[in-house]
Amino acid sequence: MEFDERTEKCREVFSLLSEYLNLELPTGACQEIETHLAGCPPCIEFAESLRKTVELCRRYRPRELPEPLEKNARQQLLDAYQRMLGARKDPSQLNR
Amino acid sequence: MERDTEVKLARQLIAGEPEAFDRFVEHFRAKIFHYSWLMCGQREDAEEVAQETLLKVFESFAHLREPERVRPWVFRIAKNACLMKRRKSVFAPSQELSLDEFLPAMNHEGGHATIQIADWSRLPDRQMLQSEMKEVLARAIRELPENYRAVILLRDMEELSTLETAQILDLTEDVVKTRLHRARLAVRQELDEYLRTDSRVLPSRT
Ligand SMILES: [Zn+2]
Repeated sequence: MEFDERTEKCREVFSLLSEYLNLELPTGACQEIETHLAGCPPCIEFAESLRKTVELCRRYRPRELPEPLEKNARQQLLDAYQRMLGARKDPSQLNR
Repeated sequence: MERDTEVKLARQLIAGEPEAFDRFVEHFRAKIFHYSWLMCGQREDAEEVAQETLLKVFESFAHLREPERVRPWVFRIAKNACLMKRRKSVFAPSQELSLDEFLPAMNHEGGHATIQIADWSRLPDRQMLQSEMKEVLARAIRELPENYRAVILLRDMEELSTLETAQILDLTEDVVKTRLHRARLAVRQELDEYLRTDSRVLPSRT
């Protein structure tokens, strides 16, 4: 059986799940979804899998790190930083 | 690092406190590297984007009027630096994802409807950080069309708000919401397939 047989409400919930999980829906719409979820196990199961997906993304910390910063590259950044600090102390530099 | 620690660090940097510089560079360099690595796909490009972004950040630090906005501000610069690097893929069509392709199949056997997805309730919290899962997640994100990838990276991984993400990417908030939902659904589907096929992660449903 295909998903077409699911009710319109299931489809609507499906399309709003991220906004629901993000708490971005108006109170009324949010309550409607909760009412539907309470009586629809497939939707609640799906919602839970999406919630865990988001949780995984939030906790994801990459294994790949940049190579250690080279001396020259650090110096380049430090120079830019110090120029910025100097400009702030000297108001005539600010409006360059 | 939490956002309020980051804001404090930005304030210390503006005030010229000595240790702030290296901490700021280390923290944001890793963040920008990660974002651009997932956006451009090349380590060398990602390293260059990180350096170019930080240089711009220091050159224009005087324009950061609200240190509270340091993260979105840095990512706005990073996004532009990243765009410059993507000459090769610039002609690649940005594919649209439709909601329907992520609707799970239904099963009506035995009188009540069930959906055909993995049993996520058996995925314990500690297993969510398992390294193989991380690989699957990273691959799922890298395989997203880039207009969706940028949104999920900024919203879910960098935890920027819908408005901040919209401002960084020059999109409306509604477009950010739509793309985020589809990106999450696509990633969910990839993880689902992995969870269903790999019996070492989850025992199959009985
Ligand atoms: Zn339903």
